[in-house]
Amino acid sequence: MKVLVPVKRVIDYNVKVRVKADGSGVDLAHVKMSMNPFDEIAVEEAIRLKEAGKADETVAVSIGVKQSQETLRTALAMGVDRAIIVEAAEDVHTDIEPLAVAKILNAIVEEEKPGLILCGKQAIDNDMNATGQMLAALANWSQATFASKIDIEGDHALVTREVDGGLQTIRVRMPTVITVDLRLNEPRYASLPNIMKAKRKPLDVKTPADYGVDVAPRLEILRTDEPESRKAGVILGSVDELVEKLRDEAGVI
Amino acid sequence: MAVLLLGEVNNGELSLDATAKTVTAAAPLGDVTILCAGASATEASRTAAGIDGVSKVLCAENQALGHRLAETTAELIVSLAESYTHILAPATTDAKNVMPRVAALLDVMVISDVSGIVDGETFERPIYAGNAIQTVKSRDGVKVVTIRTSTFDAAGEGAPVPVENVSFGGKSGLSEWIEDRMADSGRPELTSAGIVVSGGRGVGSEEDFQLIEKLADKLGAAVGASRAAVDSGYAPNDWQVGQTGKVVAPDLYVAVGISGAIQHLAGMKDSKVIVAINKDEEAPIFQVADYGLVDNLFDAIPKLIEKL
Ligand SMILES: Cc1cc2nc3c(=O)[nH]c(=O)nc-3n(C[C@H](O)[C@H](O)[C@H](O)COP(=O)(O)OP(=O)(O)OC[C@H]3O[C@@H](n4cnc5c(N)ncnc54)[C@H](O)[C@@H]3O)c2cc1C
Ligand SMILES: Nc1ncnc2c1ncn2[C@@H]1O[C@H](COP(=O)(O)O)[C@@H](O)[C@H]1O
Repeated sequence: MKVLVPVKRVIDYNVKVRVKADGSGVDLAHVKMSMNPFDEIAVEEAIRLKEAGKADETVAVSIGVKQSQETLRTALAMGVDRAIIVEAAEDVHTDIEPLAVAKILNAIVEEEKPGLILCGKQAIDNDMNATGQMLAALANWSQATFASKIDIEGDHALVTREVDGGLQTIRVRMPTVITVDLRLNEPRYASLPNIMKAKRKPLDVKTPADYGVDVAPRLEILRTDEPESRKAGVILGSVDELVEKLRDEAGVI
Repeated sequence: MAVLLLGEVNNGELSLDATAKTVTAAAPLGDVTILCAGASATEASRTAAGIDGVSKVLCAENQALGHRLAETTAELIVSLAESYTHILAPATTDAKNVMPRVAALLDVMVISDVSGIVDGETFERPIYAGNAIQTVKSRDGVKVVTIRTSTFDAAGEGAPVPVENVSFGGKSGLSEWIEDRMADSGRPELTSAGIVVSGGRGVGSEEDFQLIEKLADKLGAAVGASRAAVDSGYAPNDWQVGQTGKVVAPDLYVAVGISGAIQHLAGMKDSKVIVAINKDEEAPIFQVADYGLVDNLFDAIPKLIEKL
Protein backbone atom coordinates (compact mmCIF):
# COMPACT_ATOMS: atom_id res chain seq x y z
CA MET A 1 0.00 0.00 0.00
CA LYS A 2 1.13 3.47 -0.86
CA VAL A 3 0.53 6.29 1.65
CA LEU A 4 0.18 9.89 0.51
CA VAL A 5 0.82 12.69 3.01
CA PRO A 6 -0.11 16.26 2.07
CA VAL A 7 2.08 18.69 4.03
CA LYS A 8 1.62 22.44 4.21
CA ARG A 9 4.23 25.11 4.82
CA VAL A 10 2.87 27.48 7.46
CA ILE A 11 4.08 30.12 9.88
CA ASP A 12 5.90 28.40 12.76
CA TYR A 13 3.50 27.92 15.65
CA ASN A 14 5.86 29.73 18.04
CA VAL A 15 6.01 32.90 15.96
CA LYS A 16 3.96 35.88 17.03
CA VAL A 17 1.62 36.71 14.17
CA ARG A 18 1.78 40.30 12.94
CA VAL A 19 -1.28 41.70 11.19
CA LYS A 20 -0.41 44.46 8.74
CA ALA A 21 -1.83 47.82 9.75
CA ASP A 22 -3.43 48.47 6.34
CA GLY A 23 -5.65 45.42 6.63
CA SER A 24 -3.96 43.67 3.72
CA GLY A 25 -3.00 40.54 5.59
CA VAL A 26 -0.52 38.90 7.91
CA ASP A 27 3.17 39.64 7.46
CA LEU A 28 4.91 36.47 6.28
CA ALA A 29 7.87 38.00 4.50
CA HIS A 30 10.65 37.38 7.02
CA VAL A 31 9.17 35.02 9.54
CA LYS A 32 10.10 31.47 10.41
CA MET A 33 8.04 28.94 8.46
CA SER A 34 7.66 25.26 9.36
CA MET A 35 5.66 22.20 8.52
CA ASN A 36 2.09 22.43 9.82
CA PRO A 37 2.28 20.63 13.22
CA PHE A 38 -0.57 18.27 12.36
CA ASP A 39 1.23 17.28 9.16
CA GLU A 40 4.32 16.28 11.14
CA ILE A 41 2.07 13.86 12.98
CA ALA A 42 0.69 12.56 9.67
CA VAL A 43 4.22 12.08 8.32
CA GLU A 44 5.22 10.24 11.50
CA GLU A 45 2.21 7.93 11.20
CA ALA A 46 2.99 7.17 7.56
CA ILE A 47 6.59 6.29 8.41
CA ARG A 48 5.44 4.05 11.27
CA LEU A 49 3.05 2.25 8.92
CA LYS A 50 5.95 1.56 6.61
CA GLU A 51 8.16 0.44 9.49
CA ALA A 52 5.37 -1.91 10.59
CA GLY A 53 5.20 -3.41 7.11
CA LYS A 54 1.70 -2.06 6.46
CA ALA A 55 2.80 0.43 3.83
CA ASP A 56 5.41 -0.06 1.15
CA GLU A 57 5.85 3.50 -0.03
CA THR A 58 5.30 6.94 1.50
CA VAL A 59 4.93 10.07 -0.61
CA ALA A 60 4.70 13.66 0.67
CA VAL A 61 2.96 16.35 -1.39
CA SER A 62 2.95 20.10 -0.91
CA ILE A 63 1.06 22.72 -2.84
CA GLY A 64 2.11 26.34 -2.67
CA VAL A 65 5.19 28.50 -3.24
CA LYS A 66 8.48 26.97 -4.35
CA GLN A 67 9.85 27.38 -0.81
CA SER A 68 7.51 24.53 0.16
CA GLN A 69 10.38 22.35 -1.06
CA GLU A 70 11.99 22.98 2.33
CA THR A 71 8.93 21.52 4.03
CA LEU A 72 9.10 18.50 1.76
CA ARG A 73 12.82 18.07 2.54
CA THR A 74 11.86 17.95 6.21
CA ALA A 75 9.35 15.19 5.45
CA LEU A 76 12.00 13.32 3.44
CA ALA A 77 14.50 13.73 6.29
CA MET A 78 11.96 12.31 8.73
CA GLY A 79 11.77 9.22 6.52
CA VAL A 80 9.29 9.72 3.68
CA ASP A 81 10.46 8.03 0.45
CA ARG A 82 9.79 10.72 -2.13
CA ALA A 83 8.01 14.01 -2.63
CA ILE A 84 5.96 16.05 -5.07
CA ILE A 85 5.77 19.82 -5.05
CA VAL A 86 2.99 21.56 -6.94
CA GLU A 87 4.09 25.13 -7.46
CA ALA A 88 0.84 27.05 -7.43
CA ALA A 89 1.81 30.50 -6.15
CA GLU A 90 4.68 32.95 -6.34
CA ASP A 91 3.93 35.27 -3.47
CA VAL A 92 4.42 33.74 0.00
CA HIS A 93 1.21 35.51 1.06
CA THR A 94 -0.94 33.56 -1.41
CA ASP A 95 -2.86 30.77 0.30
CA ILE A 96 -4.28 28.11 -1.99
CA GLU A 97 -7.80 27.27 -0.81
CA PRO A 98 -8.66 23.79 0.47
CA LEU A 99 -11.02 23.15 -2.48
CA ALA A 100 -8.23 23.76 -5.01
CA VAL A 101 -5.74 21.79 -2.89
CA ALA A 102 -8.21 18.91 -2.70
CA LYS A 103 -8.69 18.97 -6.48
CA ILE A 104 -4.95 18.80 -7.09
CA LEU A 105 -4.59 16.03 -4.51
CA ASN A 106 -7.45 14.15 -6.15
CA ALA A 107 -5.65 14.31 -9.50
CA ILE A 108 -2.49 13.02 -7.82
CA VAL A 109 -4.55 10.24 -6.27
CA GLU A 110 -5.69 9.16 -9.72
CA GLU A 111 -2.07 9.03 -10.85
CA GLU A 112 -0.46 7.51 -7.77
CA LYS A 113 -3.31 5.27 -6.59
CA PRO A 114 -2.50 5.37 -2.87
CA GLY A 115 -4.45 3.20 -0.45
CA LEU A 116 -4.36 5.79 2.30
CA ILE A 117 -4.09 9.54 2.57
CA LEU A 118 -3.00 11.01 5.88
CA CYS A 119 -3.79 14.73 6.20
CA GLY A 120 -3.48 17.06 9.13
CA LYS A 121 -6.80 17.93 10.77
CA GLN A 122 -6.27 21.62 10.19
CA ALA A 123 -3.71 24.08 8.92
CA ILE A 124 -2.75 26.43 11.73
CA ASP A 125 -2.68 29.45 9.41
CA ASN A 126 -6.13 29.50 7.80
CA ASP A 127 -7.66 27.20 10.47
CA MET A 128 -10.00 25.76 7.81
CA ASN A 129 -10.16 22.10 8.82
CA ALA A 130 -11.48 21.16 5.39
CA THR A 131 -8.99 19.72 2.91
CA GLY A 132 -9.13 16.05 3.93
CA GLN A 133 -12.91 15.98 3.96
CA MET A 134 -13.04 17.73 0.56
CA LEU A 135 -10.57 15.29 -0.94
CA ALA A 136 -12.56 12.33 0.39
CA ALA A 137 -15.68 13.80 -1.26
CA LEU A 138 -13.99 14.33 -4.62
CA ALA A 139 -12.50 10.84 -4.62
CA ASN A 140 -15.79 9.40 -3.37
CA TRP A 141 -13.86 7.72 -0.56
CA SER A 142 -14.64 7.16 3.08
CA GLN A 143 -13.19 9.59 5.60
CA ALA A 144 -12.14 9.50 9.23
CA THR A 145 -11.33 12.88 10.72
CA PHE A 146 -9.55 13.94 13.96
CA ALA A 147 -7.88 10.57 14.45
CA SER A 148 -6.12 9.75 17.71
CA LYS A 149 -5.64 6.05 16.91
CA ILE A 150 -5.40 4.20 13.60
CA ASP A 151 -5.35 0.44 13.02
CA ILE A 152 -5.14 -0.83 9.46
CA GLU A 153 -6.85 -4.22 9.16
CA GLY A 154 -6.69 -5.45 5.57
CA ASP A 155 -9.10 -3.44 3.45
CA HIS A 156 -10.48 -1.52 6.41
CA ALA A 157 -9.14 0.92 8.97
CA LEU A 158 -10.33 1.17 12.53
CA VAL A 159 -10.04 4.79 13.61
CA THR A 160 -10.63 6.43 16.98
CA ARG A 161 -11.72 10.04 16.57
CA GLU A 162 -11.59 12.95 19.00
CA VAL A 163 -15.10 14.41 18.97
CA ASP A 164 -16.95 16.97 21.09
CA GLY A 165 -18.40 14.45 23.52
CA GLY A 166 -15.31 12.27 23.90
CA LEU A 167 -14.05 9.53 21.59
CA GLN A 168 -15.75 7.77 18.70
CA THR A 169 -14.49 4.69 16.89
CA ILE A 170 -15.47 4.02 13.28
CA ARG A 171 -14.44 1.45 10.72
CA VAL A 172 -13.80 2.84 7.26
CA ARG A 173 -13.33 1.09 3.97
CA MET A 174 -9.98 1.55 2.22
CA PRO A 175 -8.86 3.46 0.28
CA THR A 176 -9.59 6.24 2.72
CA VAL A 177 -8.67 9.74 3.87
CA ILE A 178 -7.73 10.09 7.52
CA THR A 179 -7.08 13.48 9.13
CA VAL A 180 -4.90 13.29 12.21
CA ASP A 181 -5.24 14.97 15.58
CA LEU A 182 -2.54 15.99 18.05
CA ARG A 183 -2.58 12.91 20.24
CA LEU A 184 -2.03 10.30 17.51
CA ASN A 185 1.73 10.15 18.03
CA GLU A 186 4.88 12.15 18.82
CA PRO A 187 6.69 13.01 15.61
CA ARG A 188 10.40 12.20 15.47
CA TYR A 189 13.18 14.65 14.78
CA ALA A 190 15.22 14.17 11.64
CA SER A 191 18.78 13.08 12.40
CA LEU A 192 21.68 14.81 10.68
CA PRO A 193 22.56 11.81 8.47
CA ASN A 194 18.92 11.58 7.43
CA ILE A 195 18.85 15.27 6.59
CA MET A 196 21.85 14.68 4.33
CA LYS A 197 20.25 11.60 2.79
CA ALA A 198 17.02 13.51 2.18
CA LYS A 199 18.81 15.79 -0.24
CA ARG A 200 19.19 12.88 -2.63
CA LYS A 201 15.65 11.57 -2.41
CA PRO A 202 13.44 12.23 -5.46
CA LEU A 203 11.36 15.40 -5.53
CA ASP A 204 9.10 15.99 -8.53
CA VAL A 205 8.19 19.53 -9.49
CA LYS A 206 4.71 20.09 -10.95
CA THR A 207 2.21 22.88 -11.55
CA PRO A 208 -1.59 22.99 -11.18
CA ALA A 209 -1.80 23.05 -15.00
CA ASP A 210 -0.22 19.58 -15.06
CA TYR A 211 -3.36 18.40 -13.28
CA GLY A 212 -5.77 20.70 -15.10
CA VAL A 213 -6.83 22.42 -11.89
CA ASP A 214 -7.82 26.08 -11.64
CA VAL A 215 -6.56 27.42 -8.30
CA ALA A 216 -8.35 30.79 -8.50
CA PRO A 217 -9.86 31.50 -5.07
CA ARG A 218 -13.58 31.29 -4.43
CA LEU A 219 -13.31 33.50 -1.38
CA GLU A 220 -12.18 37.04 -1.99
CA ILE A 221 -10.29 38.33 1.03
CA LEU A 222 -11.65 41.82 1.64
CA ARG A 223 -9.51 42.56 4.68
CA THR A 224 -7.59 41.11 7.58
CA ASP A 225 -7.81 42.86 10.92
CA GLU A 226 -6.29 42.52 14.29
CA PRO A 227 -8.86 41.25 16.79
CA GLU A 228 -9.93 43.52 19.60
CA SER A 229 -7.29 43.09 22.21
CA ARG A 230 -7.95 42.52 25.88
CA LYS A 231 -6.31 44.69 28.43
CA ALA A 232 -4.50 43.13 31.33
CA GLY A 233 -6.49 43.65 34.52
CA VAL A 234 -5.27 43.74 38.09
CA ILE A 235 -3.13 41.42 40.14
CA LEU A 236 -4.84 40.75 43.43
CA GLY A 237 -3.22 40.14 46.78
CA SER A 238 -5.29 37.30 48.16
CA VAL A 239 -8.03 34.74 47.62
CA ASP A 240 -10.33 36.88 49.77
CA GLU A 241 -9.83 39.82 47.48
CA LEU A 242 -10.54 37.63 44.45
CA VAL A 243 -13.81 36.36 45.90
CA GLU A 244 -14.84 39.90 46.75
CA LYS A 245 -14.05 41.21 43.26
CA LEU A 246 -15.91 38.38 41.55
CA ARG A 247 -18.90 38.89 43.78
CA ASP A 248 -19.14 42.66 44.05
CA GLU A 249 -17.29 44.16 41.10
CA ALA A 250 -17.82 41.62 38.32
CA GLY A 251 -21.00 40.08 39.69
CA VAL A 252 -20.25 36.73 38.10
CA ILE A 253 -20.60 34.48 41.15
CA MET B 1 -32.62 33.76 0.22
CA ALA B 2 -33.17 30.53 2.11
CA VAL B 3 -31.07 28.74 4.69
CA LEU B 4 -30.77 25.01 5.34
CA LEU B 5 -29.41 24.59 8.85
CA LEU B 6 -28.03 21.24 9.94
CA GLY B 7 -29.33 20.73 13.48
CA GLU B 8 -26.89 19.17 15.93
CA VAL B 9 -28.46 15.79 16.64
CA ASN B 10 -26.77 13.27 18.91
CA ASN B 11 -28.39 9.92 19.56
CA GLY B 12 -31.76 11.27 18.56
CA GLU B 13 -31.51 14.31 20.78
CA LEU B 14 -31.08 17.90 19.61
CA SER B 15 -28.24 19.94 21.10
CA LEU B 16 -30.49 22.90 21.58
CA ASP B 17 -27.83 25.43 22.54
CA ALA B 18 -25.56 24.95 19.50
CA THR B 19 -28.52 24.76 17.12
CA ALA B 20 -30.34 27.79 18.57
CA LYS B 21 -27.16 29.90 18.40
CA THR B 22 -26.77 29.00 14.73
CA VAL B 23 -30.40 30.00 14.14
CA THR B 24 -29.52 33.48 15.42
CA ALA B 25 -26.61 33.65 12.98
CA ALA B 26 -28.79 32.37 10.13
CA ALA B 27 -31.84 34.57 10.67
CA PRO B 28 -30.62 37.63 8.70
CA LEU B 29 -29.82 35.39 5.72
CA GLY B 30 -33.38 34.30 4.93
CA ASP B 31 -36.02 31.74 5.87
CA VAL B 32 -34.46 29.11 8.10
CA THR B 33 -35.19 25.41 7.62
CA ILE B 34 -33.62 23.11 10.18
CA LEU B 35 -32.64 19.63 9.06
CA CYS B 36 -32.63 16.96 11.77
CA ALA B 37 -31.02 13.76 10.57
CA GLY B 38 -30.26 10.53 12.34
CA ALA B 39 -31.30 6.95 12.96
CA SER B 40 -34.00 8.62 15.01
CA ALA B 41 -34.74 12.30 14.62
CA THR B 42 -38.42 12.76 15.45
CA GLU B 43 -37.81 13.97 18.97
CA ALA B 44 -35.03 16.29 17.83
CA SER B 45 -37.25 17.67 15.06
CA ARG B 46 -39.96 18.49 17.56
CA THR B 47 -37.47 20.39 19.71
CA ALA B 48 -36.07 22.20 16.66
CA ALA B 49 -39.58 23.22 15.58
CA GLY B 50 -39.91 25.21 18.78
CA ILE B 51 -36.91 27.48 18.19
CA ASP B 52 -37.89 31.07 17.53
CA GLY B 53 -37.15 32.28 14.00
CA VAL B 54 -37.36 28.90 12.28
CA SER B 55 -39.83 28.49 9.39
CA LYS B 56 -39.75 24.76 8.89
CA VAL B 57 -38.10 21.56 10.08
CA LEU B 58 -37.09 18.63 7.92
CA CYS B 59 -36.83 15.26 9.62
CA ALA B 60 -34.70 12.57 7.95
CA GLU B 61 -34.66 9.22 9.68
CA ASN B 62 -32.63 6.31 8.42
CA GLN B 63 -30.25 3.83 10.06
CA ALA B 64 -27.60 4.95 7.55
CA LEU B 65 -27.75 8.46 9.06
CA GLY B 66 -27.05 7.23 12.58
CA HIS B 67 -24.04 8.61 14.45
CA ARG B 68 -23.72 11.42 11.92
CA LEU B 69 -21.44 9.47 9.60
CA ALA B 70 -20.02 12.01 7.17
CA GLU B 71 -20.58 10.14 3.92
CA THR B 72 -24.32 9.60 4.28
CA THR B 73 -25.07 12.89 6.05
CA ALA B 74 -23.28 14.81 3.29
CA GLU B 75 -25.18 12.86 0.63
CA LEU B 76 -28.48 13.77 2.30
CA ILE B 77 -27.64 17.47 2.52
CA VAL B 78 -26.51 17.58 -1.11
CA SER B 79 -29.80 15.99 -2.18
CA LEU B 80 -31.66 18.88 -0.52
CA ALA B 81 -29.24 21.68 -1.42
CA GLU B 82 -30.95 22.92 -4.57
CA SER B 83 -33.61 24.93 -2.76
CA TYR B 84 -31.21 26.92 -0.61
CA THR B 85 -28.77 29.80 -0.93
CA HIS B 86 -26.98 28.99 2.33
CA ILE B 87 -26.20 25.78 4.15
CA LEU B 88 -25.22 26.37 7.77
CA ALA B 89 -24.23 24.32 10.77
CA PRO B 90 -22.73 25.02 14.18
CA ALA B 91 -18.94 24.52 14.10
CA THR B 92 -19.02 21.34 16.17
CA THR B 93 -16.76 18.37 15.45
CA ASP B 94 -19.69 16.63 13.76
CA ALA B 95 -20.38 19.52 11.40
CA LYS B 96 -16.68 20.12 10.72
CA ASN B 97 -16.57 16.52 9.65
CA VAL B 98 -19.55 16.81 7.31
CA MET B 99 -19.73 20.33 5.88
CA PRO B 100 -16.45 20.45 3.90
CA ARG B 101 -17.57 17.19 2.29
CA VAL B 102 -20.88 18.83 1.36
CA ALA B 103 -19.07 21.86 -0.05
CA ALA B 104 -16.73 19.80 -2.22
CA LEU B 105 -19.65 17.77 -3.60
CA LEU B 106 -21.31 21.06 -4.56
CA ASP B 107 -18.01 22.40 -5.94
CA VAL B 108 -17.93 25.35 -3.54
CA MET B 109 -15.55 26.44 -0.80
CA VAL B 110 -16.56 25.87 2.79
CA ILE B 111 -16.38 28.92 5.07
CA SER B 112 -15.35 27.52 8.43
CA ASP B 113 -15.87 28.86 11.93
CA VAL B 114 -17.62 32.09 11.00
CA SER B 115 -17.74 34.59 13.87
CA GLY B 116 -19.56 37.40 12.08
CA ILE B 117 -21.98 37.74 9.17
CA VAL B 118 -21.70 41.00 7.26
CA ASP B 119 -24.21 40.15 4.53
CA GLY B 120 -25.38 37.20 2.47
CA GLU B 121 -21.99 36.72 0.90
CA THR B 122 -19.58 38.38 3.29
CA PHE B 123 -18.34 36.66 6.41
CA GLU B 124 -15.78 37.21 9.16
CA ARG B 125 -13.70 34.38 10.52
CA PRO B 126 -10.74 34.09 12.86
CA ILE B 127 -7.49 32.79 11.39
CA TYR B 128 -4.03 32.14 12.89
CA ALA B 129 -5.50 30.93 16.19
CA GLY B 130 -7.62 34.05 16.45
CA ASN B 131 -4.66 36.40 15.98
CA ALA B 132 -6.37 37.88 12.94
CA ILE B 133 -9.91 38.25 11.71
CA GLN B 134 -10.41 37.80 8.01
CA THR B 135 -13.36 39.22 6.09
CA VAL B 136 -14.13 37.15 3.02
CA LYS B 137 -16.64 37.52 0.22
CA SER B 138 -17.78 34.29 -1.37
CA ARG B 139 -18.14 34.04 -5.14
CA ASP B 140 -19.87 30.67 -4.88
CA GLY B 141 -23.51 30.05 -5.78
CA VAL B 142 -24.36 28.38 -2.52
CA LYS B 143 -22.59 29.30 0.70
CA VAL B 144 -21.60 26.43 2.94
CA VAL B 145 -20.78 27.86 6.35
CA THR B 146 -20.02 26.63 9.87
CA ILE B 147 -20.78 29.02 12.71
CA ARG B 148 -18.62 29.68 15.75
CA THR B 149 -21.42 29.44 18.29
CA SER B 150 -19.60 31.24 21.11
CA THR B 151 -20.16 34.58 19.36
CA PHE B 152 -23.93 34.30 18.90
CA ASP B 153 -26.71 34.27 21.50
CA ALA B 154 -29.15 31.40 21.39
CA ALA B 155 -32.55 32.05 19.78
CA GLY B 156 -35.41 31.67 22.22
CA GLU B 157 -38.53 29.57 22.11
CA GLY B 158 -41.22 30.22 19.53
CA ALA B 159 -44.54 28.84 18.37
CA PRO B 160 -43.94 25.37 16.89
CA VAL B 161 -43.55 25.26 13.10
CA PRO B 162 -44.40 22.31 10.82
CA VAL B 163 -42.13 19.27 10.64
CA GLU B 164 -41.86 17.56 7.25
CA ASN B 165 -40.40 14.12 6.73
CA VAL B 166 -37.82 13.69 4.02
CA SER B 167 -36.79 10.31 2.74
CA PHE B 168 -33.22 9.24 2.33
CA GLY B 169 -32.44 6.19 0.25
CA GLY B 170 -28.69 6.36 0.58
CA LYS B 171 -26.51 3.66 2.04
CA SER B 172 -22.87 4.44 1.64
CA GLY B 173 -21.31 1.38 3.20
CA LEU B 174 -18.10 3.38 3.17
CA SER B 175 -17.93 3.64 6.92
CA GLU B 176 -19.48 2.05 9.91
CA TRP B 177 -19.88 3.20 13.49
CA ILE B 178 -18.27 0.97 16.10
CA GLU B 179 -18.50 2.72 19.46
CA ASP B 180 -18.71 5.97 21.36
CA ARG B 181 -16.83 6.58 24.56
CA MET B 182 -18.56 9.60 25.99
CA ALA B 183 -18.38 10.22 29.70
CA ASP B 184 -21.28 12.12 31.22
CA SER B 185 -19.87 14.14 34.07
CA GLY B 186 -23.26 15.56 35.04
CA ARG B 187 -21.70 19.02 34.76
CA PRO B 188 -22.80 21.78 32.40
CA GLU B 189 -21.67 21.40 28.82
CA LEU B 190 -18.37 23.18 28.18
CA THR B 191 -19.42 25.31 25.21
CA SER B 192 -22.63 26.58 26.79
CA ALA B 193 -21.65 26.87 30.46
CA GLY B 194 -21.83 30.23 32.20
CA ILE B 195 -18.67 29.46 34.17
CA VAL B 196 -15.68 27.37 33.09
CA VAL B 197 -12.82 26.30 35.35
CA SER B 198 -9.79 25.01 33.44
CA GLY B 199 -6.65 23.34 34.63
CA GLY B 200 -3.26 23.14 32.94
CA ARG B 201 0.00 21.30 33.24
CA GLY B 202 0.62 23.14 36.50
CA VAL B 203 -2.00 20.95 38.16
CA GLY B 204 0.54 18.16 37.91
CA SER B 205 -1.46 14.92 37.96
CA GLU B 206 -4.80 13.28 37.29
CA GLU B 207 -5.46 13.00 41.05
CA ASP B 208 -4.78 16.66 41.64
CA PHE B 209 -7.05 17.57 38.75
CA GLN B 210 -9.88 16.66 41.11
CA LEU B 211 -9.11 19.93 42.84
CA ILE B 212 -10.09 21.72 39.63
CA GLU B 213 -13.25 19.63 39.39
CA LYS B 214 -14.12 20.40 43.00
CA LEU B 215 -13.80 24.13 42.38
CA ALA B 216 -15.92 23.75 39.25
CA ASP B 217 -18.63 21.89 41.14
CA LYS B 218 -18.64 24.54 43.83
CA LEU B 219 -19.28 27.14 41.12
CA GLY B 220 -21.69 25.02 39.06
CA ALA B 221 -19.14 25.27 36.28
CA ALA B 222 -17.95 23.15 33.38
CA VAL B 223 -14.39 21.84 33.48
CA GLY B 224 -11.86 22.66 30.79
CA ALA B 225 -8.20 21.88 30.28
CA SER B 226 -5.17 22.97 28.32
CA ARG B 227 -3.71 20.73 25.68
CA ALA B 228 -0.76 19.98 27.96
CA ALA B 229 -3.13 18.75 30.69
CA VAL B 230 -4.95 16.51 28.20
CA ASP B 231 -1.74 15.21 26.61
CA SER B 232 -0.41 14.39 30.09
CA GLY B 233 -3.53 12.37 30.81
CA TYR B 234 -4.88 14.63 33.58
CA ALA B 235 -8.10 15.31 31.68
CA PRO B 236 -10.05 13.74 28.78
CA ASN B 237 -9.70 15.08 25.25
CA ASP B 238 -13.16 16.62 25.10
CA TRP B 239 -12.20 19.09 27.84
CA GLN B 240 -9.50 20.75 25.73
CA VAL B 241 -10.03 24.45 25.16
CA GLY B 242 -8.18 26.23 22.39
CA GLN B 243 -7.35 26.60 18.72
CA THR B 244 -7.79 22.91 18.13
CA GLY B 245 -10.15 22.15 20.98
CA LYS B 246 -13.33 23.89 22.03
CA VAL B 247 -14.01 27.59 21.83
CA VAL B 248 -15.78 28.96 24.89
CA ALA B 249 -16.97 32.40 25.92
CA PRO B 250 -18.53 32.07 29.38
CA ASP B 251 -19.27 34.90 31.80
CA LEU B 252 -16.40 33.66 33.95
CA TYR B 253 -13.32 31.67 32.89
CA VAL B 254 -10.89 30.56 35.59
CA ALA B 255 -7.50 29.40 34.29
CA VAL B 256 -5.49 27.48 36.88
CA GLY B 257 -1.88 26.45 36.25
CA ILE B 258 -2.17 27.45 32.59
CA SER B 259 0.58 29.57 31.05
CA GLY B 260 -1.55 31.18 28.33
CA ALA B 261 -0.09 30.02 25.02
CA ILE B 262 -1.79 31.64 22.01
CA GLN B 263 -3.30 28.28 21.09
CA HIS B 264 -5.05 28.20 24.45
CA LEU B 265 -6.08 31.87 24.34
CA ALA B 266 -7.71 31.21 20.96
CA GLY B 267 -10.34 29.17 22.75
CA MET B 268 -11.18 31.44 25.68
CA LYS B 269 -10.16 35.04 25.15
CA ASP B 270 -13.72 36.14 24.37
CA SER B 271 -14.84 35.17 27.87
CA LYS B 272 -16.44 38.05 29.73
CA VAL B 273 -14.33 37.84 32.88
CA ILE B 274 -11.05 35.95 33.00
CA VAL B 275 -9.34 34.89 36.22
CA ALA B 276 -5.80 33.49 36.17
CA ILE B 277 -4.16 31.64 39.03
CA ASN B 278 -0.52 30.92 38.36
CA LYS B 279 2.60 30.91 40.50
CA ASP B 280 4.65 32.58 37.77
CA GLU B 281 3.92 36.30 37.63
CA GLU B 282 5.44 36.41 34.14
CA ALA B 283 2.93 33.91 32.71
CA PRO B 284 1.32 35.39 29.56
CA ILE B 285 -2.14 34.42 30.81
CA PHE B 286 -1.98 37.47 33.11
CA GLN B 287 -1.95 39.72 30.03
CA VAL B 288 -5.52 38.74 29.23
CA ALA B 289 -6.82 38.18 32.76
CA ASP B 290 -9.14 40.68 34.43
CA TYR B 291 -8.12 39.32 37.81
CA GLY B 292 -4.81 37.63 38.45
CA LEU B 293 -3.58 35.79 41.50
CA VAL B 294 0.12 34.98 41.69
CA ASP B 295 0.05 31.99 43.98
CA ASN B 296 0.62 28.28 44.27
CA LEU B 297 -2.61 26.69 43.11
CA PHE B 298 -2.40 24.08 45.87
CA ASP B 299 -2.70 26.89 48.42
CA ALA B 300 -5.10 29.10 46.50
CA ILE B 301 -7.68 26.61 45.22
CA PRO B 302 -8.53 24.93 48.55
CA LYS B 303 -8.88 28.39 50.07
CA LEU B 304 -11.07 29.51 47.20
CA ILE B 305 -13.30 26.45 47.51
CA GLU B 306 -13.68 27.18 51.20
CA LYS B 307 -14.55 30.85 50.69
CA LEU B 308 -17.20 30.31 48.02
C1 LIG C 1 -0.84 22.83 16.52
C2 LIG C 1 -1.00 23.12 17.97
C3 LIG C 1 -2.28 23.22 18.48
C4 LIG C 1 -2.47 23.46 19.84
N1 LIG C 1 -3.75 23.55 20.31
C5 LIG C 1 -3.94 23.82 21.61
C6 LIG C 1 -5.25 23.95 22.15
O1 LIG C 1 -6.25 23.79 21.46
N2 LIG C 1 -5.38 24.22 23.47
C7 LIG C 1 -4.29 24.39 24.30
O2 LIG C 1 -4.48 24.63 25.50
N3 LIG C 1 -3.05 24.27 23.81
C8 LIG C 1 -2.84 23.98 22.50
N4 LIG C 1 -1.57 23.84 22.04
C9 LIG C 1 -0.45 23.80 23.02
C10 LIG C 1 0.04 25.16 23.48
O3 LIG C 1 1.00 25.64 22.57
C11 LIG C 1 0.70 25.02 24.89
O4 LIG C 1 1.74 24.07 24.82
C12 LIG C 1 -0.28 24.59 25.96
O5 LIG C 1 -1.44 25.40 25.94
C13 LIG C 1 0.40 24.69 27.32
O6 LIG C 1 -0.46 24.21 28.32
P1 LIG C 1 -0.28 24.70 29.82
O7 LIG C 1 -0.45 26.16 29.89
O8 LIG C 1 -1.17 23.87 30.68
O9 LIG C 1 1.20 24.24 30.17
P2 LIG C 1 2.50 25.10 30.43
O10 LIG C 1 2.77 26.04 29.34
O11 LIG C 1 3.55 24.13 30.82
O12 LIG C 1 2.12 25.98 31.70
C14 LIG C 1 1.92 25.47 32.98
C15 LIG C 1 1.74 26.68 33.91
O13 LIG C 1 1.43 26.22 35.20
C16 LIG C 1 2.07 27.07 36.15
N5 LIG C 1 2.23 26.31 37.37
C17 LIG C 1 2.99 25.21 37.58
N6 LIG C 1 2.83 24.76 38.85
C18 LIG C 1 1.95 25.60 39.45
C19 LIG C 1 1.40 25.67 40.75
N7 LIG C 1 1.70 24.77 41.69
N8 LIG C 1 0.54 26.67 41.03
C20 LIG C 1 0.20 27.59 40.09
N9 LIG C 1 0.70 27.57 38.85
C21 LIG C 1 1.56 26.59 38.53
C22 LIG C 1 3.38 27.43 35.49
O14 LIG C 1 3.88 28.66 36.02
C23 LIG C 1 2.99 27.55 34.02
O15 LIG C 1 2.64 28.88 33.69
C24 LIG C 1 -1.36 23.61 20.69
C25 LIG C 1 -0.07 23.54 20.15
C26 LIG C 1 0.11 23.29 18.81
C27 LIG C 1 1.49 23.20 18.27
N1 LIG D 1 -1.26 23.73 0.34
C1 LIG D 1 -1.27 22.52 0.87
N2 LIG D 1 -0.33 21.61 0.52
C2 LIG D 1 -0.34 20.37 1.05
N3 LIG D 1 -1.24 19.96 1.96
C3 LIG D 1 -2.19 20.82 2.34
C4 LIG D 1 -2.26 22.14 1.84
N4 LIG D 1 -3.32 22.75 2.39
C5 LIG D 1 -3.87 21.86 3.24
N5 LIG D 1 -3.20 20.69 3.21
C6 LIG D 1 -3.49 19.46 3.99
O1 LIG D 1 -4.79 19.55 4.54
C7 LIG D 1 -4.76 19.63 5.96
C8 LIG D 1 -5.86 20.53 6.47
O2 LIG D 1 -5.70 21.83 6.00
P1 LIG D 1 -6.88 22.91 6.03
O3 LIG D 1 -8.06 22.27 5.42
O4 LIG D 1 -6.37 24.07 5.22
O5 LIG D 1 -7.09 23.27 7.47
C9 LIG D 1 -3.33 20.05 6.28
O6 LIG D 1 -2.97 19.64 7.57
C10 LIG D 1 -2.55 19.34 5.18
O7 LIG D 1 -2.40 17.96 5.48
